[in-house]
Amino acid sequence: MSSSNQTDQINSNVYDIAPGEFDQGMTQGRKMFGNVMTGLVLSCVAIAVLPLASILFMLLSNGLVRLFQDFPSVFTELPPPPLVDGGGFRNAITGTLLTCLLGALISVPFGVLTAIYTVEFGQGNKLSQFVRFCTNVLSGVPSIIAGLFAYGIVVLAMGTFSAIAGGVALSVLMMPIIIRTTEEGLKSIPREVRQGLVGIGATNFQGVSSVILPASLPFVATGVTLALARAAGETAPLLFTALFNQYDSRGLREPIATLSVLIYNYAIAPYKNQNELAWAAALIVVLLILAISILARSLTSKKIY
Amino acid sequence: MTNPSTRPTSTNNAVSDDVVIRTENVSVYYGAFQAVRNVYLDIPKNKVVAFIGPSGCGKSTLLRCYNRLNDLIPSARVDGKITYQGIDLYDPKVDPVEVRRRIGMVFQRPNPFPKSIYENIAFGARVNGYKGDMDELVERSLRGAALWEEVKDKLKQSGLSLSGGQQQRLCIARTIAIEPEVILMDEPCSALDPISTLRVEDLMHDLKQRFTIIIVTHNMQQASRVADLTGFFNAEAGEGGSRFGYLVEYDRTEHIFNAPKEQATQDYVSGRFG
Repeated sequence: MSSSNQTDQINSNVYDIAPGEFDQGMTQGRKMFGNVMTGLVLSCVAIAVLPLASILFMLLSNGLVRLFQDFPSVFTELPPPPLVDGGGFRNAITGTLLTCLLGALISVPFGVLTAIYTVEFGQGNKLSQFVRFCTNVLSGVPSIIAGLFAYGIVVLAMGTFSAIAGGVALSVLMMPIIIRTTEEGLKSIPREVRQGLVGIGATNFQGVSSVILPASLPFVATGVTLALARAAGETAPLLFTALFNQYDSRGLREPIATLSVLIYNYAIAPYKNQNELAWAAALIVVLLILAISILARSLTSKKIY
Repeated sequence: MTNPSTRPTSTNNAVSDDVVIRTENVSVYYGAFQAVRNVYLDIPKNKVVAFIGPSGCGKSTLLRCYNRLNDLIPSARVDGKITYQGIDLYDPKVDPVEVRRRIGMVFQRPNPFPKSIYENIAFGARVNGYKGDMDELVERSLRGAALWEEVKDKLKQSGLSLSGGQQQRLCIARTIAIEPEVILMDEPCSALDPISTLRVEDLMHDLKQRFTIIIVTHNMQQASRVADLTGFFNAEAGEGGSRFGYLVEYDRTEHIFNAPKEQATQDYVSGRFG
Protein backbone atom coordinates (compact mmCIF):
# COMPACT_ATOMS: atom_id res chain seq x y z
CA MET A 1 0.00 0.00 0.00
CA SER A 2 1.43 3.37 -0.98
CA SER A 3 1.63 6.19 1.50
CA SER A 4 -0.79 8.40 -0.39
CA ASN A 5 -3.37 5.64 -0.20
CA GLN A 6 -2.95 5.49 3.56
CA THR A 7 -3.50 9.20 3.94
CA ASP A 8 -6.61 8.89 1.83
CA GLN A 9 -7.95 6.22 4.08
CA ILE A 10 -7.35 8.20 7.25
CA ASN A 11 -9.06 11.22 5.76
CA SER A 12 -12.09 9.47 4.41
CA ASN A 13 -13.31 6.26 5.92
CA VAL A 14 -11.52 5.25 9.09
CA TYR A 15 -14.28 6.66 11.30
CA ASP A 16 -16.91 6.16 8.62
CA ILE A 17 -18.61 9.45 9.29
CA ALA A 18 -19.28 12.50 7.15
CA PRO A 19 -18.81 16.10 8.41
CA GLY A 20 -21.81 17.41 10.28
CA GLU A 21 -23.20 13.95 10.96
CA PHE A 22 -23.57 12.20 14.34
CA ASP A 23 -23.28 8.45 14.52
CA GLN A 24 -26.12 7.61 16.92
CA GLY A 25 -25.60 3.87 16.88
CA MET A 26 -22.03 3.96 18.08
CA THR A 27 -22.74 6.48 20.85
CA GLN A 28 -25.52 4.25 22.11
CA GLY A 29 -23.19 1.31 22.35
CA ARG A 30 -20.55 3.24 24.23
CA LYS A 31 -23.11 4.66 26.64
CA MET A 32 -24.45 1.22 27.35
CA PHE A 33 -21.00 -0.13 28.10
CA GLY A 34 -20.31 2.80 30.42
CA ASN A 35 -23.54 2.28 32.31
CA VAL A 36 -22.91 -1.42 32.74
CA MET A 37 -19.43 -0.75 34.14
CA THR A 38 -20.77 1.91 36.51
CA GLY A 39 -23.37 -0.55 37.72
CA LEU A 40 -20.70 -3.18 38.26
CA VAL A 41 -18.57 -0.80 40.33
CA LEU A 42 -21.56 0.28 42.40
CA SER A 43 -22.47 -3.29 43.19
CA CYS A 44 -18.89 -3.93 44.33
CA VAL A 45 -19.19 -0.92 46.62
CA ALA A 46 -22.45 -2.32 47.99
CA ILE A 47 -20.80 -5.68 48.69
CA ALA A 48 -17.93 -3.93 50.46
CA VAL A 49 -20.26 -1.87 52.65
CA LEU A 50 -22.59 -4.81 53.36
CA PRO A 51 -20.53 -6.35 56.22
CA LEU A 52 -20.27 -3.05 58.08
CA ALA A 53 -23.96 -2.33 57.59
CA SER A 54 -25.00 -5.78 58.75
CA ILE A 55 -22.71 -5.62 61.79
CA LEU A 56 -24.27 -2.30 62.77
CA PHE A 57 -27.74 -3.71 62.15
CA MET A 58 -27.09 -6.80 64.27
CA LEU A 59 -25.60 -4.74 67.10
CA LEU A 60 -28.43 -2.25 67.09
CA SER A 61 -31.19 -4.85 66.91
CA ASN A 62 -29.67 -7.02 69.65
CA GLY A 63 -28.00 -4.47 71.88
CA LEU A 64 -30.26 -1.46 71.76
CA VAL A 65 -33.17 -3.19 73.54
CA ARG A 66 -31.06 -4.03 76.55
CA LEU A 67 -29.55 -0.55 76.68
CA PHE A 68 -32.99 1.07 76.76
CA GLN A 69 -34.72 -1.49 78.92
CA ASP A 70 -32.53 -0.98 81.94
CA PHE A 71 -31.18 2.34 80.84
CA PRO A 72 -29.02 3.57 83.63
CA SER A 73 -28.40 0.21 85.22
CA VAL A 74 -26.23 -1.28 82.43
CA PHE A 75 -23.86 1.60 83.02
CA THR A 76 -24.07 1.68 86.80
CA GLU A 77 -24.37 -1.92 87.96
CA LEU A 78 -22.00 -4.84 88.12
CA PRO A 79 -22.44 -8.02 86.07
CA PRO A 80 -24.86 -10.36 87.85
CA PRO A 81 -24.05 -13.95 88.76
CA PRO A 82 -25.40 -16.61 86.39
CA LEU A 83 -29.20 -17.04 86.35
CA VAL A 84 -29.80 -13.66 87.98
CA ASP A 85 -31.54 -11.05 85.86
CA GLY A 86 -30.57 -7.42 85.28
CA GLY A 87 -27.19 -6.02 86.08
CA GLY A 88 -24.74 -4.04 83.99
CA PHE A 89 -21.06 -3.68 83.27
CA ARG A 90 -19.80 -0.45 84.84
CA ASN A 91 -16.60 -2.26 85.83
CA ALA A 92 -15.88 -3.07 82.18
CA ILE A 93 -16.52 0.49 81.02
CA THR A 94 -14.18 1.98 83.60
CA GLY A 95 -11.73 -0.85 82.90
CA THR A 96 -11.62 -0.16 79.16
CA LEU A 97 -11.13 3.56 79.81
CA LEU A 98 -8.42 2.86 82.37
CA THR A 99 -6.40 0.38 80.32
CA CYS A 100 -6.61 2.63 77.26
CA LEU A 101 -5.47 5.58 79.35
CA LEU A 102 -2.54 3.59 80.70
CA GLY A 103 -1.66 2.51 77.17
CA ALA A 104 -1.75 6.14 76.01
CA LEU A 105 0.36 7.30 78.97
CA ILE A 106 3.08 4.87 77.94
CA SER A 107 2.84 5.12 74.15
CA VAL A 108 2.32 8.86 73.62
CA PRO A 109 5.61 10.12 75.07
CA PHE A 110 7.67 7.33 73.53
CA GLY A 111 5.84 7.47 70.22
CA VAL A 112 5.99 11.25 69.82
CA LEU A 113 9.65 11.45 70.83
CA THR A 114 10.51 8.59 68.47
CA ALA A 115 8.83 10.40 65.59
CA ILE A 116 10.64 13.63 66.49
CA TYR A 117 13.92 11.77 66.40
CA THR A 118 13.37 10.07 63.06
CA VAL A 119 12.05 13.18 61.28
CA GLU A 120 13.83 16.09 62.93
CA PHE A 121 17.10 14.83 64.32
CA GLY A 122 17.86 11.56 62.56
CA GLN A 123 16.77 12.89 59.16
CA GLY A 124 17.14 9.69 57.22
CA ASN A 125 20.29 8.38 58.90
CA LYS A 126 20.77 4.65 59.43
CA LEU A 127 19.25 4.63 62.90
CA SER A 128 16.09 6.47 61.89
CA GLN A 129 15.66 4.19 58.88
CA PHE A 130 16.00 1.22 61.18
CA VAL A 131 13.50 2.67 63.64
CA ARG A 132 11.03 3.31 60.82
CA PHE A 133 11.42 -0.27 59.63
CA CYS A 134 10.81 -1.55 63.15
CA THR A 135 7.71 0.62 63.42
CA ASN A 136 6.33 -0.96 60.27
CA VAL A 137 7.04 -4.43 61.58
CA LEU A 138 5.50 -3.57 64.93
CA SER A 139 2.29 -2.37 63.30
CA GLY A 140 2.00 -5.77 61.61
CA VAL A 141 2.60 -7.79 64.76
CA PRO A 142 -0.53 -9.77 65.75
CA SER A 143 -2.11 -8.27 68.85
CA ILE A 144 -1.92 -11.54 70.75
CA ILE A 145 1.87 -11.32 70.50
CA ALA A 146 1.70 -7.91 72.18
CA GLY A 147 -0.29 -9.61 74.92
CA LEU A 148 2.33 -12.34 75.25
CA PHE A 149 5.02 -9.67 75.50
CA ALA A 150 3.19 -7.88 78.32
CA TYR A 151 2.54 -11.23 79.97
CA GLY A 152 6.24 -11.95 79.87
CA ILE A 153 7.54 -8.64 81.17
CA VAL A 154 4.74 -7.53 83.49
CA VAL A 155 2.48 -10.40 84.56
CA LEU A 156 5.32 -12.83 85.29
CA ALA A 157 7.37 -10.14 86.99
CA MET A 158 4.51 -8.89 89.16
CA GLY A 159 3.10 -12.34 89.74
CA THR A 160 -0.44 -11.21 88.96
CA PHE A 161 -2.68 -10.17 86.10
CA SER A 162 -3.23 -6.44 86.28
CA ALA A 163 -4.48 -3.25 84.64
CA ILE A 164 -0.83 -2.23 84.24
CA ALA A 165 -0.11 -5.34 82.18
CA GLY A 166 -3.15 -4.58 80.02
CA GLY A 167 -1.95 -1.02 79.52
CA VAL A 168 1.53 -2.19 78.52
CA ALA A 169 0.06 -4.64 75.99
CA LEU A 170 -2.15 -1.94 74.48
CA SER A 171 0.72 0.57 74.37
CA VAL A 172 2.67 -1.78 72.10
CA LEU A 173 -0.24 -1.69 69.65
CA MET A 174 -0.75 2.07 69.95
CA MET A 175 2.90 3.00 69.47
CA PRO A 176 3.20 2.49 65.68
CA ILE A 177 0.01 4.46 65.01
CA ILE A 178 1.21 7.39 67.09
CA ILE A 179 4.69 7.31 65.57
CA ARG A 180 3.32 7.31 62.04
CA THR A 181 0.80 10.10 62.41
CA THR A 182 3.28 12.25 64.32
CA GLU A 183 5.87 11.70 61.59
CA GLU A 184 3.29 12.76 59.02
CA GLY A 185 2.53 15.88 61.03
CA LEU A 186 6.19 16.83 61.36
CA LYS A 187 6.77 16.24 57.66
CA SER A 188 3.84 18.49 56.81
CA ILE A 189 5.71 21.54 58.14
CA PRO A 190 7.00 23.32 55.01
CA ARG A 191 10.70 23.53 54.35
CA GLU A 192 10.42 27.33 54.25
CA VAL A 193 9.41 27.43 57.90
CA ARG A 194 12.33 25.21 58.87
CA GLN A 195 14.70 27.46 56.96
CA GLY A 196 13.15 30.47 58.67
CA LEU A 197 13.93 28.88 62.02
CA VAL A 198 17.51 28.27 61.00
CA GLY A 199 17.66 31.79 59.58
CA ILE A 200 16.85 33.49 62.89
CA GLY A 201 19.51 31.44 64.64
CA ALA A 202 17.26 28.97 66.42
CA THR A 203 18.86 25.69 67.43
CA ASN A 204 17.24 22.48 66.25
CA PHE A 205 15.78 21.93 69.71
CA GLN A 206 14.35 25.46 69.95
CA GLY A 207 12.77 25.13 66.52
CA VAL A 208 11.21 21.76 67.19
CA SER A 209 9.95 22.54 70.68
CA SER A 210 8.44 25.94 70.02
CA VAL A 211 7.36 25.94 66.37
CA ILE A 212 7.47 22.59 64.60
CA LEU A 213 5.92 20.38 67.28
CA PRO A 214 3.15 22.85 68.24
CA ALA A 215 2.25 23.21 64.56
CA SER A 216 2.01 19.42 64.22
CA LEU A 217 -0.16 18.97 67.32
CA PRO A 218 -3.39 18.36 65.35
CA PHE A 219 -1.67 15.36 63.75
CA VAL A 220 -0.41 14.12 67.10
CA ALA A 221 -3.90 14.43 68.57
CA THR A 222 -5.34 12.55 65.61
CA GLY A 223 -2.79 9.81 66.07
CA VAL A 224 -3.58 9.49 69.76
CA THR A 225 -7.32 9.24 69.15
CA LEU A 226 -6.87 6.70 66.35
CA ALA A 227 -4.62 4.66 68.62
CA LEU A 228 -7.22 4.86 71.39
CA ALA A 229 -9.90 3.68 68.97
CA ARG A 230 -7.72 0.71 68.08
CA ALA A 231 -6.95 -0.08 71.70
CA ALA A 232 -10.57 0.21 72.87
CA GLY A 233 -11.58 -2.71 70.66
CA GLU A 234 -8.65 -5.04 71.34
CA THR A 235 -9.40 -8.30 73.11
CA ALA A 236 -6.56 -10.71 72.50
CA PRO A 237 -3.78 -8.73 74.23
CA LEU A 238 -5.99 -8.27 77.30
CA LEU A 239 -7.01 -11.91 77.72
CA PHE A 240 -3.94 -12.90 79.69
CA THR A 241 -2.75 -9.48 80.88
CA ALA A 242 -5.72 -7.57 82.33
CA LEU A 243 -7.66 -10.83 82.51
CA PHE A 244 -11.17 -10.10 83.82
CA ASN A 245 -12.83 -9.11 87.04
CA GLN A 246 -16.37 -9.75 88.12
CA TYR A 247 -16.21 -6.70 90.37
CA ASP A 248 -14.71 -3.23 90.32
CA SER A 249 -10.97 -3.35 90.28
CA ARG A 250 -9.50 -1.91 93.46
CA GLY A 251 -6.19 -0.88 91.96
CA LEU A 252 -3.85 -0.97 89.01
CA ARG A 253 -2.18 -4.11 90.35
CA GLU A 254 -5.33 -6.21 90.13
CA PRO A 255 -7.10 -7.97 87.27
CA ILE A 256 -9.56 -5.62 85.64
CA ALA A 257 -12.65 -6.10 83.45
CA THR A 258 -12.77 -4.57 79.98
CA LEU A 259 -15.64 -4.34 77.50
CA SER A 260 -13.93 -6.46 74.88
CA VAL A 261 -13.06 -9.29 77.27
CA LEU A 262 -16.54 -9.07 78.77
CA ILE A 263 -18.01 -9.56 75.30
CA TYR A 264 -15.72 -12.53 74.77
CA ASN A 265 -16.62 -14.15 78.08
CA TYR A 266 -20.35 -13.47 78.03
CA ALA A 267 -21.00 -14.21 74.38
CA ILE A 268 -19.94 -17.83 74.90
CA ALA A 269 -21.64 -18.15 78.28
CA PRO A 270 -24.71 -20.40 78.31
CA TYR A 271 -26.92 -17.78 79.99
CA LYS A 272 -29.39 -15.53 78.17
CA ASN A 273 -28.83 -12.52 80.44
CA GLN A 274 -25.06 -12.68 79.93
CA ASN A 275 -25.54 -12.95 76.17
CA GLU A 276 -27.72 -9.84 76.19
CA LEU A 277 -25.12 -7.95 78.19
CA ALA A 278 -22.48 -8.97 75.63
CA TRP A 279 -24.59 -7.50 72.83
CA ALA A 280 -25.10 -4.27 74.72
CA ALA A 281 -21.37 -4.05 75.47
CA ALA A 282 -20.55 -4.67 71.81
CA LEU A 283 -22.80 -1.80 70.83
CA ILE A 284 -21.12 0.45 73.40
CA VAL A 285 -17.65 -0.45 72.07
CA VAL A 286 -18.63 0.31 68.49
CA LEU A 287 -20.25 3.60 69.48
CA LEU A 288 -17.14 4.50 71.49
CA ILE A 289 -14.88 3.81 68.52
CA LEU A 290 -17.20 5.75 66.24
CA ALA A 291 -17.13 8.74 68.58
CA ILE A 292 -13.34 8.63 68.83
CA SER A 293 -13.00 8.43 65.05
CA ILE A 294 -15.25 11.45 64.59
CA LEU A 295 -13.15 13.30 67.14
CA ALA A 296 -10.02 12.32 65.21
CA ARG A 297 -11.47 13.69 61.98
CA SER A 298 -12.37 17.00 63.56
CA LEU A 299 -8.88 17.26 65.07
CA THR A 300 -7.27 16.66 61.68
CA SER A 301 -9.26 19.51 60.19
CA LYS A 302 -7.53 21.89 62.61
CA LYS A 303 -4.18 21.38 60.95
CA ILE A 304 -2.24 24.47 59.92
CA TYR A 305 -0.34 23.17 56.88
CA MET B 1 35.18 30.46 27.20
CA THR B 2 36.27 33.30 29.40
CA ASN B 3 38.51 32.40 32.24
CA PRO B 4 36.32 32.52 35.31
CA SER B 5 39.15 32.08 37.74
CA THR B 6 40.53 35.55 37.14
CA ARG B 7 39.55 38.15 39.65
CA PRO B 8 36.78 40.34 38.30
CA THR B 9 38.11 43.79 37.66
CA SER B 10 37.23 46.98 39.45
CA THR B 11 36.43 45.57 42.86
CA ASN B 12 39.06 47.91 44.19
CA ASN B 13 37.41 51.18 43.27
CA ALA B 14 33.99 49.79 44.12
CA VAL B 15 34.88 48.68 47.57
CA SER B 16 36.73 51.36 49.38
CA ASP B 17 34.71 51.34 52.60
CA ASP B 18 34.84 48.91 55.52
CA VAL B 19 34.48 45.37 54.35
CA VAL B 20 32.00 43.27 56.35
CA ILE B 21 32.21 40.04 54.38
CA ARG B 22 35.17 39.01 52.29
CA THR B 23 34.83 36.19 49.80
CA GLU B 24 38.13 34.73 48.68
CA ASN B 25 38.36 32.16 45.93
CA VAL B 26 35.13 30.47 47.00
CA SER B 27 33.84 27.40 45.18
CA VAL B 28 30.75 25.47 46.22
CA TYR B 29 30.17 21.81 45.46
CA TYR B 30 27.09 19.62 45.73
CA GLY B 31 28.70 16.21 45.84
CA ALA B 32 30.96 16.08 42.80
CA PHE B 33 29.03 18.86 41.05
CA GLN B 34 30.63 22.28 41.18
CA ALA B 35 27.87 24.88 41.52
CA VAL B 36 29.99 28.00 41.98
CA ARG B 37 33.60 28.48 40.93
CA ASN B 38 36.32 30.74 42.28
CA VAL B 39 34.43 33.78 43.49
CA TYR B 40 36.27 36.80 44.89
CA LEU B 41 33.90 39.42 46.26
CA ASP B 42 33.87 41.92 49.13
CA ILE B 43 30.71 43.24 50.78
CA PRO B 44 31.11 46.77 52.16
CA LYS B 45 29.33 47.95 55.30
CA ASN B 46 25.95 49.69 55.10
CA LYS B 47 25.49 49.09 51.41
CA VAL B 48 22.97 47.15 49.41
CA VAL B 49 24.66 44.60 47.19
CA ALA B 50 22.64 42.84 44.49
CA PHE B 51 23.50 39.51 42.86
CA ILE B 52 21.96 39.18 39.42
CA GLY B 53 22.27 36.57 36.71
CA PRO B 54 20.39 33.82 34.90
CA SER B 55 18.96 30.79 36.71
CA GLY B 56 21.51 28.22 37.81
CA CYS B 57 24.39 30.70 37.98
CA GLY B 58 24.96 30.04 41.67
CA LYS B 59 23.97 33.40 43.11
CA SER B 60 21.56 31.90 45.66
CA THR B 61 24.08 29.17 46.43
CA LEU B 62 26.73 31.77 47.20
CA LEU B 63 24.28 33.79 49.30
CA ARG B 64 23.53 30.70 51.37
CA CYS B 65 27.21 30.31 52.12
CA TYR B 66 27.21 33.58 54.04
CA ASN B 67 24.97 32.25 56.82
CA ARG B 68 26.06 28.63 56.40
CA LEU B 69 22.59 27.59 55.27
CA ASN B 70 24.25 25.17 52.85
CA ASP B 71 25.27 23.20 55.93
CA LEU B 72 21.73 21.82 55.92
CA ILE B 73 22.44 20.04 52.63
CA PRO B 74 24.62 17.08 53.56
CA SER B 75 26.39 16.89 50.19
CA ALA B 76 27.27 20.60 50.04
CA ARG B 77 30.92 21.65 50.48
CA VAL B 78 32.49 25.09 50.45
CA ASP B 79 36.08 25.66 49.33
CA GLY B 80 38.01 28.88 49.70
CA LYS B 81 37.58 31.39 52.47
CA ILE B 82 34.67 33.53 53.62
CA THR B 83 35.43 35.94 56.43
CA TYR B 84 32.98 38.03 58.41
CA GLN B 85 34.68 40.88 60.28
CA GLY B 86 37.90 38.99 59.76
CA ILE B 87 36.55 35.74 61.27
CA ASP B 88 36.61 32.66 59.05
CA LEU B 89 32.96 31.59 58.87
CA TYR B 90 33.90 27.99 58.10
CA ASP B 91 36.40 27.67 60.92
CA PRO B 92 35.53 24.42 62.77
CA LYS B 93 35.39 26.44 65.99
CA VAL B 94 32.62 28.69 64.63
CA ASP B 95 29.09 27.58 65.55
CA PRO B 96 26.78 27.96 62.53
CA VAL B 97 23.93 28.96 64.86
CA GLU B 98 26.01 31.94 66.01
CA VAL B 99 26.73 32.85 62.39
CA ARG B 100 23.01 32.97 61.64
CA ARG B 101 22.41 35.24 64.62
CA ARG B 102 24.81 37.81 63.18
CA ILE B 103 23.83 37.30 59.55
CA GLY B 104 20.04 37.17 59.16
CA MET B 105 18.09 35.96 56.18
CA VAL B 106 14.83 36.74 54.39
CA PHE B 107 13.64 33.99 52.09
CA GLN B 108 12.03 33.77 48.69
CA ARG B 109 8.62 32.70 49.95
CA PRO B 110 7.32 34.54 53.03
CA ASN B 111 7.67 32.05 55.88
CA PRO B 112 6.19 33.46 59.08
CA PHE B 113 5.97 30.97 61.91
CA PRO B 114 2.50 29.58 62.69
CA LYS B 115 2.28 31.88 65.69
CA SER B 116 0.82 35.30 66.43
CA ILE B 117 2.33 38.39 64.81
CA TYR B 118 3.74 39.41 68.18
CA GLU B 119 5.23 35.97 68.82
CA ASN B 120 6.78 35.81 65.36
CA ILE B 121 9.07 38.64 66.41
CA ALA B 122 9.36 37.83 70.10
CA PHE B 123 10.32 34.22 69.38
CA GLY B 124 13.41 35.12 67.39
CA ALA B 125 14.47 37.64 70.03
CA ARG B 126 13.94 35.18 72.86
CA VAL B 127 15.84 32.46 71.04
CA ASN B 128 18.74 34.85 70.82
CA GLY B 129 18.62 35.64 74.52
CA TYR B 130 16.93 39.06 74.38
CA LYS B 131 16.22 40.23 77.92
CA GLY B 132 14.83 43.74 77.37
CA ASP B 133 11.33 45.13 76.95
CA MET B 134 9.66 42.77 74.49
CA ASP B 135 6.67 45.03 73.68
CA GLU B 136 9.04 47.83 72.81
CA LEU B 137 11.18 45.56 70.60
CA VAL B 138 8.15 44.22 68.75
CA GLU B 139 6.88 47.72 68.04
CA ARG B 140 10.30 48.98 67.00
CA SER B 141 10.87 46.02 64.68
CA LEU B 142 7.44 46.30 63.09
CA ARG B 143 7.97 50.03 62.58
CA GLY B 144 11.36 49.26 61.09
CA ALA B 145 9.68 46.94 58.60
CA ALA B 146 6.95 49.52 57.82
CA LEU B 147 4.29 47.15 59.11
CA TRP B 148 3.35 48.64 62.48
CA GLU B 149 0.46 50.82 61.32
CA GLU B 150 -1.19 47.87 59.56
CA VAL B 151 -0.94 45.33 62.38
CA LYS B 152 -0.79 47.31 65.64
CA ASP B 153 -4.40 46.42 66.48
CA LYS B 154 -4.09 42.72 65.72
CA LEU B 155 -0.79 41.64 67.19
CA LYS B 156 -2.46 38.56 68.66
CA GLN B 157 -3.62 37.33 65.25
CA SER B 158 -1.74 34.60 63.45
CA GLY B 159 1.10 35.73 61.23
CA LEU B 160 -0.35 33.46 58.55
CA SER B 161 -3.49 35.60 58.38
CA LEU B 162 -1.57 38.47 56.74
CA SER B 163 -1.29 39.05 53.00
CA GLY B 164 1.83 37.85 51.17
CA GLY B 165 3.46 41.29 51.17
CA GLN B 166 2.67 41.82 54.84
CA GLN B 167 4.01 38.36 55.65
CA GLN B 168 7.28 39.19 53.92
CA ARG B 169 7.58 42.45 55.87
CA LEU B 170 6.81 40.47 59.04
CA CYS B 171 9.73 38.20 58.13
CA ILE B 172 11.91 41.29 57.67
CA ALA B 173 10.73 42.61 61.05
CA ARG B 174 11.54 39.24 62.59
CA THR B 175 15.02 39.44 61.11
CA ILE B 176 15.78 42.99 62.20
CA ALA B 177 14.51 42.19 65.70
CA ILE B 178 17.53 39.98 66.27
CA GLU B 179 19.73 42.89 65.14
CA PRO B 180 22.04 41.10 62.79
CA GLU B 181 24.79 43.01 61.07
CA VAL B 182 24.07 41.65 57.62
CA ILE B 183 20.70 40.72 56.11
CA LEU B 184 20.65 38.23 53.25
CA MET B 185 17.62 38.41 50.97
CA ASP B 186 17.01 35.56 48.55
CA GLU B 187 14.64 36.92 45.88
CA PRO B 188 12.51 38.48 48.61
CA CYS B 189 9.95 39.95 46.20
CA SER B 190 9.52 37.14 43.72
CA ALA B 191 6.31 35.97 45.40
CA LEU B 192 4.92 39.50 45.87
CA ASP B 193 2.74 41.79 43.78
CA PRO B 194 4.28 45.02 42.37
CA ILE B 195 2.94 47.28 45.13
CA SER B 196 4.24 45.05 47.91
CA THR B 197 7.51 44.83 45.99
CA LEU B 198 7.86 48.61 46.00
CA ARG B 199 7.21 48.76 49.72
CA VAL B 200 9.90 46.18 50.39
CA GLU B 201 12.31 48.07 48.13
CA ASP B 202 11.62 51.33 49.97
CA LEU B 203 12.27 49.46 53.16
CA MET B 204 15.68 48.36 51.92
CA HIS B 205 16.72 51.99 51.48
CA ASP B 206 15.86 52.66 55.13
CA LEU B 207 17.41 49.44 56.37
CA LYS B 208 20.83 50.09 54.90
CA GLN B 209 21.36 52.88 57.42
CA ARG B 210 21.67 50.15 60.03
CA PHE B 211 22.36 46.96 58.15
CA THR B 212 24.36 45.64 55.27
CA ILE B 213 22.08 43.96 52.75
CA ILE B 214 22.86 41.35 50.13
CA ILE B 215 19.96 40.66 47.80
CA VAL B 216 19.62 38.02 45.11
CA THR B 217 17.16 39.04 42.42
CA HIS B 218 16.01 37.99 38.99
CA ASN B 219 14.60 41.43 38.46
CA MET B 220 17.21 43.74 36.94
CA GLN B 221 15.10 46.86 37.49
CA GLN B 222 14.97 45.93 41.14
CA ALA B 223 18.74 45.64 41.29
CA SER B 224 19.17 49.00 39.62
CA ARG B 225 16.65 50.59 42.01
CA VAL B 226 17.92 49.26 45.31
CA ALA B 227 21.56 48.28 44.98
CA ASP B 228 24.69 50.34 45.48
CA LEU B 229 26.80 47.52 44.09
CA THR B 230 25.86 44.76 41.72
CA GLY B 231 27.52 41.46 40.99
CA PHE B 232 26.67 39.75 37.72
CA PHE B 233 26.92 35.95 37.75
CA ASN B 234 26.78 33.69 34.76
CA ALA B 235 26.75 29.96 34.18
CA GLU B 236 29.04 28.15 31.84
CA ALA B 237 29.49 24.54 30.78
CA GLY B 238 32.68 23.12 32.18
CA GLU B 239 34.53 19.94 31.25
CA GLY B 240 32.10 17.02 31.26
CA GLY B 241 29.23 19.31 30.31
CA SER B 242 28.06 20.14 33.84
CA ARG B 243 27.35 23.82 34.29
CA PHE B 244 28.97 25.89 36.96
CA GLY B 245 28.32 29.47 38.02
CA TYR B 246 30.92 32.20 38.40
CA LEU B 247 31.13 35.90 39.05
CA VAL B 248 31.55 37.81 35.80
CA GLU B 249 31.67 41.36 37.02
CA TYR B 250 31.19 43.24 40.28
CA ASP B 251 30.98 47.00 40.36
CA ARG B 252 28.89 50.00 41.25
CA THR B 253 25.36 49.39 40.07
CA GLU B 254 25.39 52.29 37.59
CA HIS B 255 28.57 50.94 36.00
CA ILE B 256 27.09 47.46 35.65
CA PHE B 257 23.97 48.77 33.99
CA ASN B 258 25.39 51.63 31.94
CA ALA B 259 28.99 50.80 31.18
CA PRO B 260 29.79 47.19 31.97
CA LYS B 261 33.29 46.03 31.17
CA GLU B 262 32.32 42.51 30.14
CA GLN B 263 30.37 41.67 27.01
CA ALA B 264 28.32 39.02 28.89
CA THR B 265 27.17 41.62 31.39
CA GLN B 266 26.26 43.99 28.58
CA ASP B 267 24.25 41.25 26.88
CA TYR B 268 22.45 40.32 30.07
CA VAL B 269 21.52 43.77 31.33
CA SER B 270 20.33 44.80 27.88
CA GLY B 271 18.07 41.75 27.77
CA ARG B 272 19.82 39.87 25.00
CA PHE B 273 19.86 36.67 27.04
CA GLY B 274 18.92 35.25 30.40
